[in-house]
Amino acid sequence: MLHGKEDKHSNSFSKEVANQLGGETVNFCYQCGTCASSCPVAKVTERFNPREVLRQLLLGERREVLFGDAIWLCCSCYNCQERCPQKVEIADVFYALRNLAIKEGKMPNIYFEFSAGLTNEGRIVPISKFLEKKRTEIGLPPLKPAGVEAVRKILSATGFDKLSRKKEESS
Amino acid sequence: MTSYALFLGCTIPARQPHYEISARKSLTKLGIELVDLENMTCCAPPPLQSVDLETSLSIAAYNICLAEEADLNIITLCTGCFESLSIANALLKEKKELRKRVNETLSVVGKEFRGSKEVKHYLQVLRDDLGLGRLKDSITKDLSDLKAATFYGCHSLRPSSLLRFDDPEAPRIFDDLVETIGAKSIAYRHKLRCCGGLLRGYADDVALAIARDKIVNTTKAGADCIVTLCPFCFLTLDLGQVLMKSTFHEEYKMPVLHYSELLSLGLGIDPKELALEFHKISLEKVLTKIK
Repeated sequence: MLHGKEDKHSNSFSKEVANQLGGETVNFCYQCGTCASSCPVAKVTERFNPREVLRQLLLGERREVLFGDAIWLCCSCYNCQERCPQKVEIADVFYALRNLAIKEGKMPNIYFEFSAGLTNEGRIVPISKFLEKKRTEIGLPPLKPAGVEAVRKILSATGFDKLSRKKEESS
Repeated sequence: MTSYALFLGCTIPARQPHYEISARKSLTKLGIELVDLENMTCCAPPPLQSVDLETSLSIAAYNICLAEEADLNIITLCTGCFESLSIANALLKEKKELRKRVNETLSVVGKEFRGSKEVKHYLQVLRDDLGLGRLKDSITKDLSDLKAATFYGCHSLRPSSLLRFDDPEAPRIFDDLVETIGAKSIAYRHKLRCCGGLLRGYADDVALAIARDKIVNTTKAGADCIVTLCPFCFLTLDLGQVLMKSTFHEEYKMPVLHYSELLSLGLGIDPKELALEFHKISLEKVLTKIK
């Protein structure tokens, strides 16, 4: 049984996740399944069960977890995180896992599109000419310019820009 | 008059002018001044947190810095923006090491997160700044025939320890605000369950199956409409019904509207001024019940 970060049995993958922002609480999981029974995604598909992902993680199955489909199926609703009796920040653990997977070059297209929108426009949903015209017609004020230069500097300072470039190279 | 820096985000100005116009008209009419600041950006919501959590917190913090410089608290319309900005604000006020790292990042754009401002959802502003009594007194239309299914979405409520919006398992604020303006807030099955919206683009079939549950349950409960707070929930449930027809061959006609739209109608704002043509499912059934 695992009892937190200091446990001598915890493997290198669960330590890696626990050292990642969002992943700190992962080793407190005792596999009760409250997360799975609270999960709206697990209700409709067999492709996702948060307890099973955490189990694989705690068993050190790094490749299966990071390169599998399941970590992308958490809908970030935080139901599990609210209810976890061990206070594992489960939704945040999924962010930590996705952050690691992306560092390894595994990035689903939709996330690449969002990242590109942020880098190019400072906003992840581009505004069309039709909508710009429509906004004026219905009396909305012109949209203030986004701080795209500032965003680019921040993305470059944290290395985020390199993460999305990695995807471009591999596709 | 209370003034706030309006944080619009990405989806509302680009896709849902009906949300923006109804929010601007109703909040302004109620004496809440909305200030549009330059250089705000995306809030860095879950899809970007998935790419890199710390960068996302830095982007959110950058936007909070703009409000700090303008000496204004932030008001949000989009629940996703409320969550991203609130989480960053709470975490960076609390965690000194993280704040130090984020401020090192922000130094490249000459900003420093000071933690001097609050991020508020517009429902909190209506309840706490205006008050339910004054809100009730401002309503000129009769909404008492309308049975509304409130849908909180996820990121107004959870993670509750950081958002502090309402009880995540038994919230009242939204229902109270719907009833204050005269409509009836009805109970329905799985009311607090997610709409599935964030899976759109990765697993559309899964997202639609989750959204279907919401439409089926509100229909069974006899709702006249679903009332939303989040542009993503709105899209998932409104456009979602069109997709359910082609995917499941099931036809639903459940009107979906934002609380700011219902509020605008209650305040007597002409529906013609509210760009309601942006709804996929007609609001006719709702409009005929408002007198």
